[in-house]
Amino acid sequence: MPKLSVEKVMAARKRLLQMHFESGVGHIGGNLSALDAMLVVFNEFLSKEDHFVLSKGHAAGALYIALWSIGKLRQDDLATFHQDNTLLPGHPPANGIPGISFATGSLGHGLSLAAGTALALRLKCQDGRTYCFMSDGEWQEGSTWEALIFVCHQRLENLTILVDHNNLQGFGRTQEVASMSPLWTKLQGFDIEVQIVDGHDLDAVRNALMQRSDRPRIIVLKSVKGHGVRFMENEMAWHYLPLTTEQFQAAIQDIESI
Amino acid sequence: MRKQLCEALQERSVKANMTFLTGDLGFMALEPLRSTMENRFINAGVSEQNMVSVAAAMAMQNLEVWVYSIAPFCYARPFEQIRNDICFHKLPVNIIGNGGGYGYGVMGPTHHAIEDYGVLLTLPNMMVFAPVFDEDVETVIARAGDSGSATYVRLGRGEAPQGYTVPAYAPWRQLCGGSGPVVVAVGPLAGTYIEGFSAMPTSTRPNLWAVSELPIEQNPMPEHLLRQIAHSSLLCVAEEHVRRGGFASELSLHLAGLGVAIPRLVHLHARAHHYERYGSQSYLRCQSQLDPQSMLLALTGKLDA
Repeated sequence: MPKLSVEKVMAARKRLLQMHFESGVGHIGGNLSALDAMLVVFNEFLSKEDHFVLSKGHAAGALYIALWSIGKLRQDDLATFHQDNTLLPGHPPANGIPGISFATGSLGHGLSLAAGTALALRLKCQDGRTYCFMSDGEWQEGSTWEALIFVCHQRLENLTILVDHNNLQGFGRTQEVASMSPLWTKLQGFDIEVQIVDGHDLDAVRNALMQRSDRPRIIVLKSVKGHGVRFMENEMAWHYLPLTTEQFQAAIQDIESI
Repeated sequence: MRKQLCEALQERSVKANMTFLTGDLGFMALEPLRSTMENRFINAGVSEQNMVSVAAAMAMQNLEVWVYSIAPFCYARPFEQIRNDICFHKLPVNIIGNGGGYGYGVMGPTHHAIEDYGVLLTLPNMMVFAPVFDEDVETVIARAGDSGSATYVRLGRGEAPQGYTVPAYAPWRQLCGGSGPVVVAVGPLAGTYIEGFSAMPTSTRPNLWAVSELPIEQNPMPEHLLRQIAHSSLLCVAEEHVRRGGFASELSLHLAGLGVAIPRLVHLHARAHHYERYGSQSYLRCQSQLDPQSMLLALTGKLDA
């Protein structure tokens, strides 16, 4: 697959903001922290045999943009985001969109769904890798640890987990709410390959995704909530807030100035 | 019914796409199934939430999936996983809950499943099976597995009286008949009333029906039963399930929707988790006035509420 260009990432970032602005919908910060890595996965790695589970369902915007970036959603589809009668609700839907297998949005489900997918592929002797994209906050869900134990015990080597470690969650910094900082030291206690990379360094993400192992893999993406729009970066408010017209224009200018 | 369950699943496991997940339960019961199924038998550990979501994803990959645990552990703990991951996606995952109702008796309220089918039937694409007799299990497993729906199989303990010839499985079955009132019981409880009713004269003997599949709209009532209800002065519903959300409510709404005049309704049901003292399933049934003696008193209007 062709290498994802920086220009395409910038265009995707602007399209994401436009979509959220036009629909008046927030959750922008966590979408921007996830978008770069998600674009790499969809544009460079995901083949027909592979599966993608978005465990942090509140990054549905980034997922829709990633699908748009590979031609699976159209501009017209994006224009309906969050509107009445849309196929694109605020969290990924159960059906209707090629490339989305599971409705997610309640945290702590995705890793189990990805594990079941990977195990099923193994039982059916089918090729294909399952990618699970998670938030850092959802490691506070007990079911996520149930899933990790299962993933490691079953040695699901056909599973790659990406954790969007932006350090901000719904009502505070992860360190202030329920700290596991640093998360990766806990993950390293399991029988799993753990790699830590800059979640906005496309080459670093790419190289991490290229690695293979006889064990399941976790890539911890050190990311920035609101990445790419300086006035949004590391600001918890952008977990929720929609953009005003002035903010949208300023955000686009900021992206173009970088 | 675990022995029959194991045999039925062993037979079904000739299907290469069949998989079985247990939440670390099945000791002294499912070992033969584990031997037969090899790597398709998965002990998912003590992690019911994960197990249910894994099952959903496996079903999404066109595997036939069975999930097994003690009844409350497989529907109450992972309810959101059943709702979001199985039912929202219309996936045909089969959940087997062992010890439905007060099946785990003196083990205590954490092990009782007395709100199971009421809760689960609030979900889309969900069917419930409650076999009455041990002999039903093979057919129930086949029907659940072939249903194309998410299913919950409420396993209990078959209690057919000695010498009783168990009728062939059907979702609705009349177990004994006479000119008395109509009694409808859910699952194995129905079997406990046969002996007492059979000893009654035909003139007062109730028409005892067992129901094994819910919801009713997917399991239409026999015309014969509807006629009996229409001509009876008393309808008694017995279920090892709490009153709210139970079968009696569903039956009443269904009959009202059909325009069938509902006679006086007596509802015998599980009295929730309110006991200060514990005991066997039989003991707890007595405490809830679900035992055969209480049933006979209820039918004659002599049961204290």
